Amino acid sequence: MSRPDVVVTGLGATTPLGGDVASTWDAMLAGRSGVSALTQEWAEQLPVRIAAQLAVEPSEVLDRVRLRRLDRSEAIALVAAQQAWADAGLAGSGLDGERLAVSVGSGIGGATTLLAQDDILEASGPRRVSPHTIPMLMPNGPAAWVGLELGAKAGVHSVASACATGAEAIALGLDIIRAGRADVVVAGGTEAVIHALPIAGFSSMRAMSTRNDEPERASRPWDTGRDGFVLGEGAGILVLERADHAAARGARVYARLAGAGITSDAYDIVQPHAEGEGAIRAIARAIADADVAKRDIVHVNAHATSTPVGDMLEIGALHKALGDHPVLAATKSMTGHLLGAAGALESIATILAIRDGVVPPTINLDDPEPGLTLEVAAHKARHMEIPAALNNAFGFGGHNVALVFARP
Amino acid sequence: MTRDEITTGLAEILEEVAGVNPDDVAEGKSFTDDLDVDSLSMVEVVVAAEEKFGVKIPDNEVQNLKTVGDAVSYIEAQS
Repeated sequence: MSRPDVVVTGLGATTPLGGDVASTWDAMLAGRSGVSALTQEWAEQLPVRIAAQLAVEPSEVLDRVRLRRLDRSEAIALVAAQQAWADAGLAGSGLDGERLAVSVGSGIGGATTLLAQDDILEASGPRRVSPHTIPMLMPNGPAAWVGLELGAKAGVHSVASACATGAEAIALGLDIIRAGRADVVVAGGTEAVIHALPIAGFSSMRAMSTRNDEPERASRPWDTGRDGFVLGEGAGILVLERADHAAARGARVYARLAGAGITSDAYDIVQPHAEGEGAIRAIARAIADADVAKRDIVHVNAHATSTPVGDMLEIGALHKALGDHPVLAATKSMTGHLLGAAGALESIATILAIRDGVVPPTINLDDPEPGLTLEVAAHKARHMEIPAALNNAFGFGGHNVALVFARP
Repeated sequence: MTRDEITTGLAEILEEVAGVNPDDVAEGKSFTDDLDVDSLSMVEVVVAAEEKFGVKIPDNEVQNLKTVGDAVSYIEAQS
């Protein structure tokens, strides 16, 4: 039996750069930073006082009563999913729910709900803890709310693989359609944990940038002055669809999701493999799965989080798996690191790069590492034909995911 | 506190917790069937009512409070 093609027919996002895909993409191409100082009182004593906060609050989109029952990560997943659904032309289309699945994950989940309700528990006792606490903090909450909103009855899945989550959720969506379990999968990631505890935790790992005085310059992948990642929040959602299903309804197609590669390091709980072995295998698998010529993959939206070790390991992996021809982008230089949403947001950037024939800029790359042997569109976007492109996402736990997108 | 005052107080809670229009709140209305208050929101309403009216509403009593009027009567008798 021949394997069905899978295409992307809808995109939705709410990010530090904009409340939707169009504004986010415009800001990316303009090289704008979404990172700012955390001026909240709770941030005063933290070693890290910068983050990439949402450009548009979910309260501007969803009503107050609804928001009472949603963790922030759930609210923004819903916002992005509604956009993607409408963008795909599926709103009010009467799509059979039994042919619709959801695959939306989060890296950390409803941590801010957990912490806020714990404050209430300590201060006022157990009877004051909200009855919405569990559905707000459960890791499958965002996927479940999206499924409920769209009437998905072919399965609602919530991948959790730390910072690889968004990409792995998309890879799972590809599998679901190829396996014939759904015609349409709403897939992506969401994250909203800009709060003292997650920041303190990452900070204690020495994983975060402490460039508190220059927020916009703090996220600087591949630059010699980089000192860690900048935490971001947001959600990115894609509508994946079997190609013949999309064609039959005359849907606009952004790109083909040509292939995916998923591997695990079996090496260390947080450190990437010293030679990037798992990343190399993931990229190689994605390329083999995609049935796209390596030479056609001329652009990579890299994982590149701005950490001292990870950034350069990825360069080595790309070199080995792909060669020396692709032009790279590290859009985290602008958006910060959206953890479980990163792979989804960066897939959207990869898809739009293919559509528009432009590699988004990597800002703050003032003094590139000597080992940066691949080309990067530093500071300014670069216009070029992009027949196919790769998106990488790696996560604590040794998760490696690579996705190949191609022109429809 | 009069029954009207208790009803008004409940209407404020219902608006805050479940987005119920205060004009729709009347003694004859059922929380679930007329006002669309789901079970989790009903828990919030009860806890907020305990605080607002200074009463205790045990869990085994909540199932008997089908209508706004039932709740008003219970609160009136306790306070």
